[in-house]
Amino acid sequence: MNNSLRLVWVYPDLLSTYGDQGNALVVERRARQRGLDVSRVDVRSDQPIPTSGDIYLIGGGEDRPQRLAAERLRRDGGLSRAASNGAIIFSVCAGYQILGHEFINDLGEREPGLGLLDVVSTRGEGARCVGDVLGDIDPNLGLPPLTGFENHQGVTHLGPSARPLARVRLGRGNGTGDGTEGAYNDTVFGTYMHGPVLARNPLIADHLLKLALDVNALPPSDDRWYEALRAERIAAATQPA
Amino acid sequence: MAGNTEPLSPRAKLAVTAGKAAAAVSRAAGRGSGSVIGGRVALKLDPDLLGRLAQHLDVILVSATNGKTTTTRLIAEALRAAGPVVSNALGANMPAGITSALAGGSDARYGVIEVDEKYLAGVARDTTPKVIALLNLSRDQLDRAAETRMLAEKWREGLSGSKAVIVANADDPLIVWAASSSPNVVWVAAGQAWKDDAWSCPSCGGVMQRPGDDWFCGECGFRRPAPSWALNGDYVLDPHGSAWPIHLQLPGRANKANATSSAAVAAVFGVPPQVALERMYQVQAVAGRYDVVSFLGRELRLLLAKNPAGWLETFSLIDPPPTPVILSVNARGADGTDTSWLWDVDYTQLYGHPIFVLGDRKLDLAVRLEVAGLDFRVCETLDEAVQMAPPGRIEVIANYTAFQDLRRRVGN
Repeated sequence: MNNSLRLVWVYPDLLSTYGDQGNALVVERRARQRGLDVSRVDVRSDQPIPTSGDIYLIGGGEDRPQRLAAERLRRDGGLSRAASNGAIIFSVCAGYQILGHEFINDLGEREPGLGLLDVVSTRGEGARCVGDVLGDIDPNLGLPPLTGFENHQGVTHLGPSARPLARVRLGRGNGTGDGTEGAYNDTVFGTYMHGPVLARNPLIADHLLKLALDVNALPPSDDRWYEALRAERIAAATQPA
Repeated sequence: MAGNTEPLSPRAKLAVTAGKAAAAVSRAAGRGSGSVIGGRVALKLDPDLLGRLAQHLDVILVSATNGKTTTTRLIAEALRAAGPVVSNALGANMPAGITSALAGGSDARYGVIEVDEKYLAGVARDTTPKVIALLNLSRDQLDRAAETRMLAEKWREGLSGSKAVIVANADDPLIVWAASSSPNVVWVAAGQAWKDDAWSCPSCGGVMQRPGDDWFCGECGFRRPAPSWALNGDYVLDPHGSAWPIHLQLPGRANKANATSSAAVAAVFGVPPQVALERMYQVQAVAGRYDVVSFLGRELRLLLAKNPAGWLETFSLIDPPPTPVILSVNARGADGTDTSWLWDVDYTQLYGHPIFVLGDRKLDLAVRLEVAGLDFRVCETLDEAVQMAPPGRIEVIANYTAFQDLRRRVGN
């Protein structure tokens, strides 16, 4: 397999509020443990997005930075070019909404996204969704249950060419009431899960690596602590507080 | 200056008495100091009590994400040079706790009050302070708190009509944004190691440029104001350019910054920096923080760190390797139930230290440290962690309720 991996962390100055930097750290660590030569580029929002990355990660953020990020990503165009080159993109919360067709910005207006995922986001009427989440990931992906922490007001509706990433057993996920959480297509993934989500679900990180490297399997890794954390969080989510 | 000329009304007196009785009952029931319940009872009987109690005092408010309890103590010590002080020294920093603290200081001249960030604008309205000290703002408990920039915005709106002198940190763009709507600001270059909540301009959203210690927005011109006070190494520089040595028992750069802001506050009341700084030396430990306690034959230094900015400042003050470090993290209500913030803390700074991990969320920490490439041991109890470390100093860093658990275990 190709021995190098170019990891791009998009706009940490705007979209890195909820520890989502952890997703970049987890992918980087797990790639290095598999002997890959990883280069990680953190791109600030006044810099151009490189188009030659293998995996792009986008985190969550507050409402105004989300609008600023969408404006700058649209103007820059680099992420959309990378996507059309087949790059893998993994996004969380505010970043997930930005990858869709549109979302509601901090001014209460409809803000265009990048249209890389067939989803449209609105703002929920009810209470903010805050708390631990447990779900079952789309069986096509062959991954164990999803665990994470959600903290959002957004509601995301999936169009026909997006598949739900998971169905929640506990928690709200996309907030549409149909039990879906997140969305994905062949190369672009979105989720409301923090935690950070790849620290809670390291096999999703491995899935991204496999897609980027175009391989079916990766060398085994020692996942003892991840497994212990997952077991604890899944038990905590299923037990009454 | 305030004088004790207007006595409390009968209603206010009754409220104070009822509050003290409720506090005494709460203490007798073994439910803490009773200051919060006492304040609640008193405020129910007289909703304006806080304002009435404050009328008789020169009030100083202190708010920040980190360092507010310590700075409140430092200011209180400094101002005792000028007169008696009443203060919510135990950190009960919401209106009920503040009311209760003030009710206990009927002959004080100064009220030095720590205020929770969310309540600052309201308490400032109720107490008409002479000085408000604003130290720093950064991400903290995002699962239940307001967004950080929104908090700065609320401070800005709430303080715009205040007649108080605002003593504010010029090195924190969010603090400068919050303070700069006020007509009377004393800028203090107190430093701010954590920068990740102020990369976008609080005024226009432009990308902040941060060459060296300076900062400015390239788009709208919002920039660091020229400070009149500064922390410079181990010295406070006053507005005349004189350098005064800082001697503290409290460790770390952040406490030198707190001392600098405190000296600037004391100067507003005519206490010279030399006198203020000498008095600050008295402060040894603040609600257990920084205390060194003997436990199982080791010396444990207890350090509280509640959020990424706090952990960053704490890492900079611990003894170098091979001093062992115990880390304890909980995620109960008072801590915030989301542990994602662990990933905003740069644990690679602990390379070379033997690390022991405990607390309700030790497994979150374990994964965090594993991904950082650090060696660590996961322990069930403090005793187990301490017994694995050699005799000598151990640095113990914990977040809020984990810290309270540790204090109980070591009998502090």
